[in-house]
Amino acid sequence: MLSKRIIPCLDVKNGRTTKGIKFKDNVEIGDPVEMARFYYEEGADELVFYDITASHEKRDIMIDVVKRVAETIFIPFSVGGGIRTLDDMHAVLLAGAEKVSVNSAAVKNPEIISQGAKAFGSQCVVLGMDVKHVGKKQGIDSGYEIVINGGRKFMGLDALSWARKAEDLGAGEICLNSIDADGTKDGYEMNLTRLISDNIDIPVIASGGAGTPKHLADVLKQGRASAALIASMVHYGTYTIAEIKKYLDGNGVKIRKTF
Amino acid sequence: MIVIVDYGAGNLTSVLRAVSFLGFKAVISDRPEEILEADRIIFPGVGAAGSAMDGMKIRGIDTIMKKAFHNGTPMLGICVGCQIIMEKSEENDTSCLGFIPGEVKAFSKKMKSDENMDTDENIFLKVPHMGWNSLETVQDHPLFKGIKKEDEFYFVHSYYPVPVKKEHVLGTTEYGINFTSVIGKDNLFASQFHLEKSGKPGLLILKNFCVWEPC
Repeated sequence: MLSKRIIPCLDVKNGRTTKGIKFKDNVEIGDPVEMARFYYEEGADELVFYDITASHEKRDIMIDVVKRVAETIFIPFSVGGGIRTLDDMHAVLLAGAEKVSVNSAAVKNPEIISQGAKAFGSQCVVLGMDVKHVGKKQGIDSGYEIVINGGRKFMGLDALSWARKAEDLGAGEICLNSIDADGTKDGYEMNLTRLISDNIDIPVIASGGAGTPKHLADVLKQGRASAALIASMVHYGTYTIAEIKKYLDGNGVKIRKTF
Repeated sequence: MIVIVDYGAGNLTSVLRAVSFLGFKAVISDRPEEILEADRIIFPGVGAAGSAMDGMKIRGIDTIMKKAFHNGTPMLGICVGCQIIMEKSEENDTSCLGFIPGEVKAFSKKMKSDENMDTDENIFLKVPHMGWNSLETVQDHPLFKGIKKEDEFYFVHSYYPVPVKKEHVLGTTEYGINFTSVIGKDNLFASQFHLEKSGKPGLLILKNFCVWEPC
């Protein structure tokens, strides 16, 4: 039986992780390569790197990070943030990422999904979706709307129809981030996750709101997500991946136990 | 020298990195003569069996692969590499290398999930089969040396091989159905999962391959 995946997400700016990462022994690490190795050894099933470097000229720094990560860890990892063109995708994949994630660029130009899937295979193309609950209204049948620019710009696009369209265009997976839940540590947006997951065939990674292992169990069971993204709950040493997995294992969630 | 065969079916650098990490020398090549002279051959690949076979034929590698197989060169197929060794694939009705009797079939999109859900509704399994899953080894093989029962491997695929003969099935995996995830015959070993992305157990099988002396 397929295991549910636990995926730490690292925000990287100019080649360094942005949050003051503290582990339980209070050692602070800001090098994404060191952190990747740490989570790999701890039993992370996959990793996500999100490049928040503002300037396009500095993207080479991220490519170098990707190369060094790929030489160190041997589990899948994806890279997102600022991916706009097929060339951007190609550079990241060639550097050693398993998957590349597109978000705003795909909203503006959906063809990048089909072009990416055709050139590199659907399994490489992850659609990142930032979603806000706005209530049902004209054009937003599900009550959930796509936003970009960190949740500041509403796109008039229904989240469920966008997920279905992305699947048709050849996306291999959807990383579903609730802007409402993000940063709250109150749990994932369960209704949204279940709505999207029940209505598409490709896997859904739930993102935003994780604070406790129970939140992961909930979204992986009732929310029907295939994977759960986590950030601050492991970055600040509140929980280890082993502790989270032990809880999930004891609560009926199939996880990978050896690594 | 280990040759990683480039037949246009995806990114081969991750396999090269994994082999180099293990301390073995390898090159990526699409040159028939270099492949024929290789001490060991790895043929990874993602995507469709049809385009993978086309990529082989255009480069004249299909006949070289057959020669190498009959010469006894240790060969390792990964993912699509585990499918094109069959006779044919349902994916675009593709004729394949035919090292193993049998064909490649697609997962049904109507496979029911046996997950522990809190409702009695039918939940269907996602296709592709993507993520970590177990391996049940049904035969001993030198490449399984050190692999534990609980070890899991990373899969991404919508099609799976169906060998006709049981003797070619080395391992199986559950996903809605019980399917063949590792195939072996003489000097050939092939895994449907990605050895280069399966953490330490994947690296172990890869390492075992790099020193394997088939009888």
